[in-house]
Amino acid sequence: MRNLWLFIGKYNAFFLLIIFFTISLILLVKHNSFQHARVWNSSNQLVGRSYERINEINSYLKLRKTNDSLAAENARLRNQLATSFTSDSIKQGTVRDTTLKQQYTYTVATVINNSVHQKNNYLTINRGSKHGISKGMGVTSAKGIVGIVLNVNENFSTIRSLLHSETKVSANVNGSIGSIVWGEGNYDPRFAYLKDIQSHLNIKKGNRVVTSEFSMFPQGTAIGYVAETRTSKGDNSLDIKIKLDTDFATLDYVYVINNILSAQQLSLEAQNKIE
Amino acid sequence: MVRVVITNSIRFVLLMATQVFLLKNIGYYNLSIPYLYILFILTLPFGIPNYLLFLLAFFTGLTIDFYYDSLGLNAAACTVLAFVRILFINLTVQRDGFDNEPEPSLGIMGFQWFIFYAFILTFFHHFILFTFESFKFSELGYTFIRILMSTLFTVSLMLITEFAFFHKKVR
Repeated sequence: MRNLWLFIGKYNAFFLLIIFFTISLILLVKHNSFQHARVWNSSNQLVGRSYERINEINSYLKLRKTNDSLAAENARLRNQLATSFTSDSIKQGTVRDTTLKQQYTYTVATVINNSVHQKNNYLTINRGSKHGISKGMGVTSAKGIVGIVLNVNENFSTIRSLLHSETKVSANVNGSIGSIVWGEGNYDPRFAYLKDIQSHLNIKKGNRVVTSEFSMFPQGTAIGYVAETRTSKGDNSLDIKIKLDTDFATLDYVYVINNILSAQQLSLEAQNKIE
Repeated sequence: MVRVVITNSIRFVLLMATQVFLLKNIGYYNLSIPYLYILFILTLPFGIPNYLLFLLAFFTGLTIDFYYDSLGLNAAACTVLAFVRILFINLTVQRDGFDNEPEPSLGIMGFQWFIFYAFILTFFHHFILFTFESFKFSELGYTFIRILMSTLFTVSLMLITEFAFFHKKVR
């Protein structure tokens, strides 16, 4: 005890400082509204910040669930989109039936295997015949077309990506029809070429390229935009370089398009071959 | 002893009056504000006991606070000032010299020592004063400029005061 008093006596200046400084601070915070408010505010802010941080972590952990539900909702909304329906009416005088009948349905799928750097690229998705997928269906992403379903088993399907030398999609730019090809000297996953467009047509840089009515995709599905045009050597058509809307390197969720009327169309077309 | 008390009391009243009635209205755009009243704490005699120094500093600050409507702010700054004063004097002045040099004024301690003493102590006082006044870290640069400018202002006023009143005591 004696040593304690000696210690306090030796460093009395410091202890006096603490005593008087504390008194001043108490007076300051108690009687000055600005400092008073700031002390309470900053402690409240501290509590608020910590809650915010915890919430951030929580929402990150829930991200997968949220993503799934959003993708499912997107598929549902796409089913209601106007381009999913086809007019089932026949123009007959002035009487017009405007009832729409569903032509396309969308199934959401996750890409579980993907490649962009091969000469011929394929994707695998986690949906199969069990989910109503069959060969030849079109596949799109949220931004643009992806490819065509190649093989299907019970739970999985492989997709022949647009980045494949065999994939040809009928496309429409400014009302003229050509076909999208990839490969043949161009192995950049960001670009594709549009062939068979006559060179006298006025195609400008930046024009939108969408699917035509001859493809297995709904008419008007986005493909990309014109990045460069030049006359092709040897024939009377343009070589149009297209910047693809779909970023194939980061594909995650895709939609498989089921054309309900395609079976009827195909069986009708098959009759032509028999004759 | 009585003479010392009377001198310091008169000095206290004069400095307080100057601070409250004159210097309170002077300032350069809220950037440079003089606080000359701390000269009272600076020029208290060397022999003063620590507890009395702290008490006087605290009540000097409190008196200013009553006039400035900032209860506790100047008191806190003056308490720190008293502590820095004790440290500074312990480091720079020999203890046995106290009898001949009763107080740390310009005339007795010399120009070089006094300007250093005044600058360091004023800086600490203003540092506490302005940081606790703004009470937030977001205006740190502005507060620091205020501290430096005000320190320069206060120290120049101190030197003027010291030259005016204590010059005769040299030698």
